[in-house]
Order: sequence, then structure tokens, then C-alpha cells
Amino acid sequence: MRLLSKKDSKLIMDPLADNNPITIQVLGICSALAITAQLKPSIVMAISVIFVLGAGNVVISLMRNIIPSKIRIIVQLVVVATLVIIVDQVLKAYAYSLSKELSVFIGLIITNCIIMGRFEAFALANGPWQSFLDGVGNALGYGVILVIVGFFRELLGSGTLMGFKVLGDPVEKTGLYAIGYENNGFMVLPPMALIVIGIIIWVQRSKNKELIED
Amino acid sequence: MEHIELFFKSIFVDNMIFAYFLGMCSYLAVSKKVATAVGLGAAVIFVLAITVPLNWLLDQYLLQEGALVWLGPEYADFDLSFLSFIMFIATIATMVQLVEIVVEKFSPGLYNSLGIFLPLIAVNCAILGGSLFMQSREIETLGLALNYGIGSGIGWFLAIVAIAAIREKIRYSNVPAPLRGLGITFIITGLMAIGFMSFGGMLTGGDDEATEDNLETVDGMVTAQKDHKTSDFVIEETNDTDNK
Repeated sequence: MRLLSKKDSKLIMDPLADNNPITIQVLGICSALAITAQLKPSIVMAISVIFVLGAGNVVISLMRNIIPSKIRIIVQLVVVATLVIIVDQVLKAYAYSLSKELSVFIGLIITNCIIMGRFEAFALANGPWQSFLDGVGNALGYGVILVIVGFFRELLGSGTLMGFKVLGDPVEKTGLYAIGYENNGFMVLPPMALIVIGIIIWVQRSKNKELIED
Repeated sequence: MEHIELFFKSIFVDNMIFAYFLGMCSYLAVSKKVATAVGLGAAVIFVLAITVPLNWLLDQYLLQEGALVWLGPEYADFDLSFLSFIMFIATIATMVQLVEIVVEKFSPGLYNSLGIFLPLIAVNCAILGGSLFMQSREIETLGLALNYGIGSGIGWFLAIVAIAAIREKIRYSNVPAPLRGLGITFIITGLMAIGFMSFGGMLTGGDDEATEDNLETVDGMVTAQKDHKTSDFVIEETNDTDNK
């Protein structure tokens, strides 16, 4: 027997590729790009969003029958804000330097359009278990793009991954630097995040022609 | 001077879109036509100008460490800043609703042009981002907070109107099929952001140089005043550091 039924696993797998929140639905770009200059903050951001979206979807789904539809936006905002405060306090307690680095962008998870979008589109109409899977799936789809962008920007921009010098030492000229390789400092600057995502979209849509816009 | 500096800095150097990618969702979704982009941009300026000063007051008199001291000396140790996310977003959501009701009542013309965008704005990252940056940069006075709100609103307005104009034109170009629509918009925004980065040195004339000048002149202000080549701006800056 499989852990997840076919329909359930579709909920998780779809957002990872053909219905990716960033490259296809164009949601949640706001708080994502500025923190992808390095891999580590990207991963932390991805985990935070997985937690907030998974838990938030369950809470909204449990309350879906008692929320008056007129004030649902405020209710949703309060639920997200509470979850984000938890994430922020945990980060401040256990990873203070990282939380300084992410600064306001943890707070901006509140207005991340993926979260409101999934609440509106899914959690208000489905049961808690499916909502949880949908939330985790979408957050994973978001996280995958974040990690890919963070990976390339850190590797090409600083020659490191998670802080380890994988390409050798640029000062002592070891590894790749011995044969004249140079870091592309441009990759660390904010504009390159946009261009890297543009390229990811290009690659994805070349592979799957159905996704091409008119 | 302080006001002008902050104003231009928040429009060009710290542009919401090109430097921090805030409000990208609506920026990408509502930038297909210039007319709608102008409407949304104006609504963002409007809402930022209201919520940033309001949240500044909240932060100053309720949330910061020691902010509750006006209630009595025994409250001096209270630090409620962990509540700021929920307070800020609640303020923003209620203000947007309130503004919508007031505008609908008193100015139907404005409501027709801004109205449909106002609910969209409650969850726009640029609005919450404005308040959070205001908090983390420790902006000092209410006037500066208002200034910062309007400035970053105008920056956002410029960005969305510019991309909408480009997207209207690019429809007639032969873009590679997989890049059409979203892909090319990302890349154009990236290129525009590179362009906006050149505003970086506009106000300081290059950070490094400014600090060098400081080091030379801090020893004695006399040298700085004698040196006529040093600009007034640098002398003012050294005054500030001396006072500290």
C-alpha cells in the first residue's frame, strides 16, 4: 500500500514542475529574490515558507466553515502573521546572525502571494489533510526555485557553497583559480536574481511547449 | 537637506522594485497596460503615504523597547517589538478598507480609478515592506516617515509605469517563444535594475571617498574648512560625526 493516494501525491508533485508557483503561477516573487545571493539564506527561507504555508493551510482549512466570507482576508492575515512571528522568534533565538541577514524578508512572508493564494484557492474549500499536502507541495515548488537560484548565484558569484570554498581559494590561487578562473561579482548583485529566474523560465518552457504563452 | 536626501534615496537608490523586489506579484500581474499600471501605482503612493507614518506612530509609542514609558515609569522595560508584524499588517488592512470607504463616499471619480486596486494593495509586499524598512532603518521623525512613504511609493510608480510601457511595445517584437510573456519581463526588469544601480553613488558621491574625507577632517575641522575643494555636503557630514 502506498503512503499517499494518487490524487494526494499529485497535490505535492504538481507544484514542483508544471504548476510551479514562481515560474508558472507568478506568485510569491516579492520576498524571494533579495535573499538568494547565497545558498544558506535561500534554504532557511524555503523551510520557513514550508512551515508557514503547511501549518497555515491546515488552520484555515479547519476554520473554513466558521469564517464569515466578508472578513476572511483579515482572518487569513492574522493566521499568517502569527505563524510568521513564531518563525521569526525561533530564528532570532537559534540563528541570530542569519535572522539579521534576512532582516525584513522574514516579515514579508506575511504578504507572500503564494500563501494568500493557496488559502483562497485551496484551503477554504478542502479538508485539512489535503490542504496540508497542497501547502507543503506549493511551498516546496517555491523552495526548489529559491535553492536553484541561490546555488548558481553563490557558486558563480563567490565561488562558495554554504560558505565552503568549493572552487578553491581566490586569494591563494588554488583549485580553479590556479588556471585563471575569476568570480563573476555581478552574480551577487540583486538584478542577476531576476535574470537567473528568467533563464529558468526559458529552460522550463522550452522543455514543455504547453506552457508557452501566446 | 535631510528630507531631500531621503526622498531621492527612496525613489532611486532604494527603489522598492529594483533594489528589493517588493511588490513584484502585482508588478508582474498588472503591468500589461500603461493605464492600469498608472492606477495601481497611484494607489500604492496613496496607501504608503498613509500607512508608513501611521505605523511609525505605532512603533514609536507602542512597540519599541521603552515606548510605553508615557503610561508610567514602570512600563519602561516593556519591549513589544515581536508584535510588530501583526500590528503593522492589521493597520494596513484596516486603513485600506477605511480609505476605500472614505474615497467611495467623497470622491467617486477617484474611487473609479483607484477603487478596484485598493483591496489588491492590502497584500502588496511593497506596503508592508515600507513599514518594516521604516522600522529597521530607525527613521527619526514623523515628517521623515511621511517623506519615506511618499518617496518609495513614487519609486514603485515609476517602475511599474516604465515596465508597462515596455511591455506594450514588446508585443510587436519577435521574442523567442519560450521567453514570451513572463520570461522576457523578468529579464527586462533585471536590465532595468542594473540601470537603476547606477544611481547608487548619486547622493554620497561614492561611500568610500566620503569616509576617507571624514578620516582626514575629523582630526580638526579647520583643515576641512580651509580646503575649499571639499564640498559643503562633506563638511556637514563631518559636523554630524563630531557632534556624536
